[in-house]
Amino acid sequence: MADLLTPQLNAETPAPDWLQSRRLAGRAAWESSEMPTRKTEAWKYTSLFALQQPFMAARESAESAEELGLELPQLAGSRLVFVNGFWREDLSEIEPDAAIELVRFSDADQTQAALIAQHLGSVVPGNKHPFSALNDAVLADGVFLRILTGSKAARPVQLVWHNSPQVDAAINSQRLLVLAEQHSEATVVEHFSGQGHSFTNGLPELILAAGAALSHSRLHLESAEALHVGGLHAALERDATLNSFHVAFGGKLKRIDIVINHQGHGAHCQLDGMYLLRGQEHVDYHTCIEHALPHCTTDETFRGIVGDKASAVFNGRIHIHPDAQKTRAELSNKNLLTSATAEVNTKPELEIYADDVQCAHGATVAQLDESMLHYLRTRGIPADEALVLLSYGFINALVEKQRLESLRDYLKPRLANYFGAALALDPDDAGG
Amino acid sequence: MLSIKDLHAEVEGKNILKGLNLEIREGEVHAIMGPNGSGKSTLGHVLSGRPGYEITQGSVEFLGKDLLKLDTEERAHLGLFLAFQYPVEIPGVSNMEFLKASVDAVRESQGASAYDTVGFMRRAREACAAVDLDQAFLKRGVNEGFSGGEKKRNELMQMMLLEPRLCILDETDSGLDIDAMQVVASGVNAMRSESRSFLLVTHYQRLLDYIEPDFVHVLADGRIIRSGDTSLALELEAKGYSWLDDSEVA
Repeated sequence: MADLLTPQLNAETPAPDWLQSRRLAGRAAWESSEMPTRKTEAWKYTSLFALQQPFMAARESAESAEELGLELPQLAGSRLVFVNGFWREDLSEIEPDAAIELVRFSDADQTQAALIAQHLGSVVPGNKHPFSALNDAVLADGVFLRILTGSKAARPVQLVWHNSPQVDAAINSQRLLVLAEQHSEATVVEHFSGQGHSFTNGLPELILAAGAALSHSRLHLESAEALHVGGLHAALERDATLNSFHVAFGGKLKRIDIVINHQGHGAHCQLDGMYLLRGQEHVDYHTCIEHALPHCTTDETFRGIVGDKASAVFNGRIHIHPDAQKTRAELSNKNLLTSATAEVNTKPELEIYADDVQCAHGATVAQLDESMLHYLRTRGIPADEALVLLSYGFINALVEKQRLESLRDYLKPRLANYFGAALALDPDDAGG
Repeated sequence: MLSIKDLHAEVEGKNILKGLNLEIREGEVHAIMGPNGSGKSTLGHVLSGRPGYEITQGSVEFLGKDLLKLDTEERAHLGLFLAFQYPVEIPGVSNMEFLKASVDAVRESQGASAYDTVGFMRRAREACAAVDLDQAFLKRGVNEGFSGGEKKRNELMQMMLLEPRLCILDETDSGLDIDAMQVVASGVNAMRSESRSFLLVTHYQRLLDYIEPDFVHVLADGRIIRSGDTSLALELEAKGYSWLDDSEVA
């Protein structure tokens, strides 16, 4: 593998002590960690070969939103925009909201810096994820979102990481720390987009204190050449609720590890995800839900459509510890293959050490439903159009589950466009 | 309009239709009644071109064309409509998206221009109101989570929007309460015209109290064994299907 560390170290800027010590620890961990190969079980179907090229530190860009091709959902709340990893004040917007504190690490005041130092990395297990260590090693300007105790954020917070095409393959990191304090409520949308073959190493951490409710979306809308290896780590305390929604279009190499720890009684997680691949794209979602305590629930649904010579990996692990009685956990992964050369490797893994639990899992790789196809054709819709409509519906069913209307409005036409579905109208206007 | 001659069809190697003959002329309403397993639903599926139903003998002519040679969607373009006994749920595709795709496809095939969005939405809302369905159903996934009665009303709504020449209603009355049945019946009655025909497939005579057919046929063991007017349906209702077993089939 290419040297992923040096280009970023060369571009390093001075940091406060708490950040510098984090960097040094990360550097030591990265340098001592063994790089995964195809012989590593968790990396069996995903090769890191695409990272074997020289990388440069990403360069700052001053292009306008239009020049960048930046198209964002209209969420009406605060928005922080980073281009090539650099903050762009001109593209960002801060809507005052007494329920939240939203700062970049470099802007954190003393209290915030102390909270970041205390919580950052606290839910990421030590040596298990080398790319998390890499993220630590070059840690610069992350985002800290704090939702204050008992408060409800008025509007969604949007965090955008966009890459502009660079002359050489660029490398950059993304870091997000969300601290949802007791009985707080907020919506966060992470957005990755851009052009070119940059490599991004993303690492959001979500910490939900007792009774907190967080709705989180992570949209990977990068180019077909983009490289992304990253992970999402969340910890849920008593009665906390996390809705986490993941979308992946494209990417030459995308590997996302999602780890959710139920560490308080009665925590609930709804995890939805979708991947749409064509060409020679590759996406690998590894999810792991740890049920450590009783009365927690998980509803996990991932769906994918894989065509051309693209390949997808889904590995969904649900680990129910001996104390986690009265757990309810459901995991479903459904895939549609639209070409004979497309590939899906799906594996649900239930590890259950408690006896009083309700668990269900299913993974399928299938063709579109024949009876649905026939029904559409009896209504005059030609077979090829019907297949498009059904593919759209297969994925859109997950979008419809999402509560944030502005996000649905953003995704639906993009999905329709992706499938080439001739959907002439906005059904949300239909009842008017 | 529809001429079925000596139709034999099988499903999974089992003969279901065994020499069915039926003539429907423009503007006529025919009812086909019969006991469970007589082949009633198979007839609808065969006419719609459902995969898995193999025609082994006979012919079907619809508006001068060899129906059995046409793809399912081409049959719809020609004006054939089947209201399903068990309408299919399609999560993720809204009813409105589906209806627009359907009406656009049929109109395009007939050389008519597509409705503009606003005009279409007005028509869809009118059709929704005509079958007594809340407008919210237009936004929901096709038949997704609809009750039995709501699914049947949704079928009727599609029928109104597509304005077919021949409407086949496959046990549309089953599972409906009296109110829903009256909605379906008044919808059908409003659509009756000199150029449009109906084939009502039903197990019970009840529907025929609300939609008066011109002809009633009795289907048993894959063939029409008796034809008559509404009095035949009443007689069946009074005496039961076993009456036919005794008098005709045995």
